Amino acid sequence: MSISKEEVLHVAHLARLEFEEEELERFAEQLAAILSYVEKLGELDTSNIEPTYHALNMTNVFREDEIKESTPTEEALANAPERENGFFVVPKVIK
Amino acid sequence: MEWHKFSLTMQLEMLEKGEIKSLDLTQALLNRIKEKDSKIKAFLKVTEEQALSAAEKADRRREKGEKGPLLGLPLAIKDNICTKGIPTTCASKILSNFIPPFDATVIEKLKACGAVILGKTNLDEFAMGSSTENSAFFPTKNPWDLERVPGGSSGGSAAAVAAGFCAGALGSDTGGSIRQPASFCGVVGLKPTYGRVSRYGLVAFASSLDQIGPITRTVKDAALLLQYLAGHDPKDSTSAPKEVPDYLGALKMDLREKKVGVPKEYLGEGLEEEVKEKLKESLQIFKEELGLEVKEVSLPHTPYAVATYYIIAPAEASSNLARYDGVKYGLRVEAPDLIEMYKKTRSQGFGPEVKRRIMIGTYALSAGYYDAYYKKASQVRTLIVQDFQKAFKEVDFIISPVAPSPAFKIGERVDDPLKMYLSDIYTISVNLAGIVGLSLPCGFSQKGLPIGLQIMGPHFSEPQVLALGHQFEEIVKLYEKYPEI
Repeated sequence: MSISKEEVLHVAHLARLEFEEEELERFAEQLAAILSYVEKLGELDTSNIEPTYHALNMTNVFREDEIKESTPTEEALANAPERENGFFVVPKVIK
Repeated sequence: MEWHKFSLTMQLEMLEKGEIKSLDLTQALLNRIKEKDSKIKAFLKVTEEQALSAAEKADRRREKGEKGPLLGLPLAIKDNICTKGIPTTCASKILSNFIPPFDATVIEKLKACGAVILGKTNLDEFAMGSSTENSAFFPTKNPWDLERVPGGSSGGSAAAVAAGFCAGALGSDTGGSIRQPASFCGVVGLKPTYGRVSRYGLVAFASSLDQIGPITRTVKDAALLLQYLAGHDPKDSTSAPKEVPDYLGALKMDLREKKVGVPKEYLGEGLEEEVKEKLKESLQIFKEELGLEVKEVSLPHTPYAVATYYIIAPAEASSNLARYDGVKYGLRVEAPDLIEMYKKTRSQGFGPEVKRRIMIGTYALSAGYYDAYYKKASQVRTLIVQDFQKAFKEVDFIISPVAPSPAFKIGERVDDPLKMYLSDIYTISVNLAGIVGLSLPCGFSQKGLPIGLQIMGPHFSEPQVLALGHQFEEIVKLYEKYPEI
C-alpha cells in the first residue's frame, strides 16, 4: 500500500500539523508501512460482530445537577499563553 | 542503613514502630537520587523541598499518635499525572511550562494517606512508546545495563524503583506501559482492571485503554498501593462503582487446584529462547510448588491484536490531543492567523512519534476510512474480548511473557516504528479487553538482564492475581537482587 504526498498533506491539515518536505516523504513511507500492516484485519469476517468501544459494559452515568466549587478563573487562566480580562486571547479569526 | 533496599511494607512497619523517621528516609532517598540519577535519568523533576516538608509533617502526625495508611512513604509519580503546583510535562515540549491547578484523584488520595511525593518521572512523550526514548527531554537508562532502555512508557518510574530511588511509583498503562518497563527493570508492575482506578487528572492518551497502576519492588507493595488508589470517583464517569476488596488480606488465599492457562499463540515466532525458558521454569513452580494445574489455552485472535491496537489507540489519541492548540495552556508559537498558530504550535510542540500517531489516528477516523479502519478495529476488539471470555471459562489465570525479549539497546529500534510496536504483542490485548495484568520478575538472562512474567486475570480479579504473584515471588525471591549502579 502507498500513500500519496497529497493524502499526507490532507491528513496533516485535518490534524493541524505541518511537515518539512523531507519529513513529509519519511512520514508517507512510515504511514504506508503501518497501514499495510493493519490491513491484515481485513482477513477477518466481522460482518455480524458488534464493535467494542469500551472495555466495561457501562452506559450513561448520571449524577445530581448540583452546584459545586469550581476552579477560580485566575487559576484556570494561569497557564494561558495570552489572556485579557478573564478571557483567552487568540489571533484574529475574522478578517 | 541501606535505606534504598527497604520495600514499602518494611518502611511502613519501621515507621509505625518508631524505628525510623520519614524525614531520614526521604532525605536518604533524595541523597541517592542526587548521587546516582545523573547516570539513570529517571526523574524529570525532583521536588525536594515539598518532599522534605511532607516528610516532616508525616513525622509530626505520627508523634501525635495519628495513623495514615501510607503516612511518610516516599513515592515517585509519572509525569503524565497532574500534580497541583508541580509541573506536569508528559515529557513533551508542548506542555513543558504547564503547572496543573489541580491534583489528579490518585494524587489527592495518596496525599490524604500521608504519602510523600519525591518527584516526577520520565516517560515517552504523552506515554507513546516502549523505551522512554521518545521523551522530548532525555532518554532514561536501564539500571541493570546503562546502554539499554528501561522500557516504556513508564520507564522513569520503573527505573526509579529498580535503582532504589523509591520503593514505589505510579505509572500508566495503555498498551503495556507499566508492565513492560517493570519487566525490563526487574520490578513489579500492575495494570488494574479498566475503571478500577480513577483516570481523573491522568493526561489522556487513549481513554478506553488508559489505566493508572503501581510500580514496586514486591507484589505485596503493589497490593498495598492499589488498596488506596482503587475506588469509584465521581470525577471519572468510567471508574467502576464497585467496592474495593482487601488486597493485602487476600495475598495468602489458597490457590491450590486453580487453573493456569498458557496461550499457545504466545509461544511462537519472535519469542526469544531465554524468555521462553524462564516462562517454562515459572510454570514448573506454579505446578509443583504452588499446586496449580497448568494447561494450554487458545487466544486465536492474538495475531490481530497489534493491528487492532495501533488503530484504536492512535484514533483516540488524535482526538484527545486536539486540545493542544496553543490557546489554553502549554506552548504557543505565534502566527498572524489562528489556523497557522495551531499548526505551528503543534508541529513544533509534538515529537515525531506523537505526530505519527496523530496522523494514523486522524487518517483512520477521516471521512471514507472510518468504517474500514476504526470500526473494523473495534469489531476485532470484540473478537479479542471474546477470546479472553472463553479462555477464562476454562482457567482462572493466563500466564505469558511480558515482552518477547529482555531490554534492548538504546537507539536499536528508534528508526523502525513498526518493529517497536510489534514488541507490545503480549501486553496490548489486556488493555483491549480491560482485564488485569501483573508483571513480575521471573529470572535473569545470560547477560544479567531481568526477565518478566505476566499474570492475567478477568475483570476485577486483582485479589487473585496479586495473591498468585505474591506466592510466586515468595518462592523465587528475586526482589532480593539489586543492580549495581
